[in-house]
Amino acid sequence: MRWKPRGGSMPGTSSPAEGAGVSASGARHPSWQARDRGTGRWLVSGPPLAYLLVFFAIPALIMVVASFTPPGEYGGLAPLFEDGKANLTLEAYERLAGDPIYWEVFAKSVVYAGITTLCCLVLAYPLAMLVARSPRKYRDLLMLLVILPFWSNFLIRVYAWMIILGPQSALSRAVNAVVEPLGFEPVSLLFSSFAVLVGLVYVHLPFMVLPLYANLEKHDPALLDAAQDLGANAWQRFWRVTFPLSLPGVWAGAALVFIPALGIFAIPDILGGTEDTLIGNLIKQQFLETRDWPFGSVLSIVLTAIALALAGLAAWVSRPRRTA
Amino acid sequence: MALLEIRNVTRRFGDFAAVDDVSLAIEAGEFFTLLGPSGCGKTTLLRMIAGFDLPDGGAIVLDGKDLAGDPPERRPVRTVFQSYALFPHMTVAGNVAFPLKMAKVGGAETDRQVWAALEGVQLAGKADRYPHELSGGQKQRVAIARALVTKPRVLLLDEPLAALDAKLREQLQLELINLQKDVGITFVYVTHDQTEALALSHRIAVMNHGRVEQLDEPSRIYGFPRTRFVADFIGHCNLFDGVVAASAPSGGGSLVDLDVAGLGRIRTLTQASVPAGSKGSVAVRPEKVRISSSVTQGADDNHCAGHIRDFLYMGDVTMYVVEATGGQRVEALLANSEAGRTKFFEAGDAVEAAWRFDAGHFIPG
Ligand SMILES: Nc1ncnc2c1ncn2[C@@H]1O[C@H](COP(=O)(O)OP(=O)(O)OP(=O)(O)O)[C@@H](O)[C@H]1O
Ligand SMILES: [Mg+2]
Repeated sequence: MRWKPRGGSMPGTSSPAEGAGVSASGARHPSWQARDRGTGRWLVSGPPLAYLLVFFAIPALIMVVASFTPPGEYGGLAPLFEDGKANLTLEAYERLAGDPIYWEVFAKSVVYAGITTLCCLVLAYPLAMLVARSPRKYRDLLMLLVILPFWSNFLIRVYAWMIILGPQSALSRAVNAVVEPLGFEPVSLLFSSFAVLVGLVYVHLPFMVLPLYANLEKHDPALLDAAQDLGANAWQRFWRVTFPLSLPGVWAGAALVFIPALGIFAIPDILGGTEDTLIGNLIKQQFLETRDWPFGSVLSIVLTAIALALAGLAAWVSRPRRTA
Repeated sequence: MALLEIRNVTRRFGDFAAVDDVSLAIEAGEFFTLLGPSGCGKTTLLRMIAGFDLPDGGAIVLDGKDLAGDPPERRPVRTVFQSYALFPHMTVAGNVAFPLKMAKVGGAETDRQVWAALEGVQLAGKADRYPHELSGGQKQRVAIARALVTKPRVLLLDEPLAALDAKLREQLQLELINLQKDVGITFVYVTHDQTEALALSHRIAVMNHGRVEQLDEPSRIYGFPRTRFVADFIGHCNLFDGVVAASAPSGGGSLVDLDVAGLGRIRTLTQASVPAGSKGSVAVRPEKVRISSSVTQGADDNHCAGHIRDFLYMGDVTMYVVEATGGQRVEALLANSEAGRTKFFEAGDAVEAAWRFDAGHFIPG
């Protein structure tokens, strides 16, 4: 018999001791807790806030000041105060505004970063989906493999591409074996925009895979069953359910790829040709070679402004809307 | 011919048969329920009807056509999932419009049908809400509207009310009955809740270990359980095991006298004839057992003396466990509203328990 008697006690006869216990603990409202919660929060979030202040906000401020300062005689910056008055100028900004070549470099950098982001998205999406839908016990291992390249040095990985794309590499030879008989000039894979893009995509790919995976892994598989049950084929299930639900992951990945790719200089330096100067290279030049710190600061500030503007645009495009 | 036929369907996971040679014929317009304990294979069977899983043996036939080659998206069958599975990025209207879009129904027609479907579940005012802005009961209604909007031949419901609280569940049960009557679509309903199954269904298939134990109308499932499992699973039931002492034909069946250890000789009825000496049980529902402090024995009664061992007060009724002098326990359910009822029995009270011979029912085996 399924029914299990739980003793012969009638309801509504709970002991007085029980009732007293409830009201006693209810009355003791710990007011000290409310007071201390604020302090505790500051203790926990204080150090990271201080860290950000010291190593992000203050340097950013210094850069803004530097952008309005004349260059020093031997590079660097001129003194901020001279003859008792502030030594400020708009020279660096005027120089940037007056020369379209810089804007072309900015534009080229945005295009490169954009192509990189798109390529990373197209490559990372199926990969992230594969991992997210493989048996749970393999997922961690597969993700470990995705981030495995991080365990070796960044420059070494980029130099490896020099070998892979170099004129003597199997890849170069194979390409030219196809191209030359067709009557084209032999192509050089290395020191080209192609090489730069390959390097950019390669280096940034894991930054796209990780947020995408984190998003896709949380999708309820019942939603796909439901979509299929309601008549959606595999293609419709992807475009109407999986992809829209993954958009937060797509935007996060895009930001993690686009912003670093926008300012990178090492990859164009190593893999690019002479015309593959990106804004990162230009900024690096101003600080390390021509030692024109004010102009370098201006370029950096404009770069940050562009990144922020594009992020704002993306946030606006992807804002939540009430659509059917 | 039945609308949906399950023919000798088997589904194995390794050596284990989750669904074992099940055959069912479900009629058009029927509210059909698969009832059974957790793990008995209800969901597995439902998923095979929907097309998410394929049988290892047997066939699923709808309107005379074998569904084996059709993927879920091409079957005229819709599922209401236990977790609702509403699309979180679409509004209520977007969710209900989804199957219409998949079926390439035009814009104006889609709007009209979405509105009608939401009207049908009293949710027209919530069309612009997102699922996370709805209560559990409202989500459930959206899931049902979404599944019904394209007028499927069969609606499958897998424990659709399990996540809701008791009050809301009762209300939605009534709504489901009315909705099914209105739309006339065949419902195949899965639950492990026997009261829900009894309340909703035209017919119930009681499943255990991947097999159908009994297929009948609710009143017959409850009143005439064919196996010990069914008797025990559906509601509370006294099951007295014993050996047949004598059996005499009576009407369409037989009168059986059974020797039950700790209780004595019990008379009961059965449809089939039972040879003397065979084993079996008497199933008696607790509400058919009367208890009183004085002897009220009638000629047709089984009867025993004992004392109250335990009781469980449940408001409208009280369940008493009587321990007979021989040691056998007898459960009796007494309505507290019963006319002339003046006394609650207390644990230890000496009582007499009695029930008519035709209140019981013989289960062989
Ligand atoms: N994919 C699978 N692989 C292995 N075993 C499975 C699989 N799916 C179901 N089973 C087993 O088959 C049996 C029936 O499962 P099923 O989900 O049909 O039960 P159910 O009757 O729906 O139970 P519940 O009421 O708990 O939902 C269970 O013992 C379960 O462990
Ligand atoms: Mg189930």
